[in-house]
Amino acid sequence: MLFEQLDLSVAAGQLLQIAGKNGAGKSSLLRILAGLAQPEQGQLYFGTTPLRQVMPEFAANLCYIGHQSGVHEQLTARENIRFWHAATAEPQAIDDYALLGQLGLAGLEDIPCRMLSAGQQRRVSLARLWFTRRQLWILDEPFTALDQAAITMLQQHFLLHLQQGGAIVLTTHQKLTLVFEQLISLELAYRW
Amino acid sequence: MVTLGCFIKRELRLLARQKADWLNPVLFFVIVLTLFPLGVGPEPNLLRLMAPGVVWIAALLSVLLAAERLFKDDYRNGVIEQLVAARQPLLSFVLAKLITNWLSTGLPLVLLSPLVALLLNVDSAAFAALALTLLLGTPLLSLLSVLGAALTVSADKGGILLALLILPLYIPLLIFASAAVEAASMAMPYQGQLAIMLAMLLFALALVPMAVQSALKLNVS
Repeated sequence: MLFEQLDLSVAAGQLLQIAGKNGAGKSSLLRILAGLAQPEQGQLYFGTTPLRQVMPEFAANLCYIGHQSGVHEQLTARENIRFWHAATAEPQAIDDYALLGQLGLAGLEDIPCRMLSAGQQRRVSLARLWFTRRQLWILDEPFTALDQAAITMLQQHFLLHLQQGGAIVLTTHQKLTLVFEQLISLELAYRW
Repeated sequence: MVTLGCFIKRELRLLARQKADWLNPVLFFVIVLTLFPLGVGPEPNLLRLMAPGVVWIAALLSVLLAAERLFKDDYRNGVIEQLVAARQPLLSFVLAKLITNWLSTGLPLVLLSPLVALLLNVDSAAFAALALTLLLGTPLLSLLSVLGAALTVSADKGGILLALLILPLYIPLLIFASAAVEAASMAMPYQGQLAIMLAMLLFALALVPMAVQSALKLNVS
């Protein structure tokens, strides 16, 4: 059994931070929360209805960025962003050059992502969060490979999202440096 | 629809950047068919007799060759997982893969059929049948190979597994396609075989996209 006595909820405006040692099951928990894996026992609810009955509505409100970045190495930063823009069916057009400039990738918009560093690829992957209108973000280790400035920028963006009534679930080993008022921390410990 | 168009453009871009992915199978097809007459000797009647089977076997293997890498990159970098989580764009993604897979591996075989006819001394009546069977049959080959690729995407070295899964499904197609070409070369009607191939294609067209979606979901959960 991977999890015992696990009871958690995330409401609008809240940030749930899941911490724990390597192998404690953080990513597995996120995958269950995102509806990618099914729990053997226990129930997931979206609002007040069981998740399985409202999967389409849930998925339409979910932005999941997993352990792998979802960035194709052969495509450029712009092409990757446009792909996710189309895939998530965002109604608003984006100015991809402005967005990439904001993320510190000015001048790198049109070269294949395999030439970018790990941190820059992570930025391309996270760019989605700047145009998505989805409410629930589930992010697996979003700070990996990012430098301090980018981590701060991302946290500021989290604050904005929470203010607008969004909710965030993320895993990280790092302490969040900004102050989140509605922060719930969950520490997964393991017993053998 | 907009999503589908965008996904197709993405796949075409990737094909343009990774030319080996689709050029190798096409070259394989040409090489096999070039070597065949050299290997069995220049007996015109012998070549004509064997042509339908040989062309179709080469086509099957060439499409299979292209299938293995189809979903690999998108699986490794997490695109498939995140599309499954987002749910709704998955069908467009699968359709885009199917369409571009046929454009890059099936269509070149159809376009090469005149060359093949020349190499194997196929007469004009049989050539028409050969081109028609390739036109009807390669989309079915693509559909089945995409299904196989989706089923084996998380297998590390899935190549042989893919072949074992998919080759049995190719056999009915192989039989009817080569029978059609053979009938045509003996000036007999071959509409029956074509009709069966068309029926198989329509059947696969209706079911395979859904099956591929489920296979991808299965592989990330």
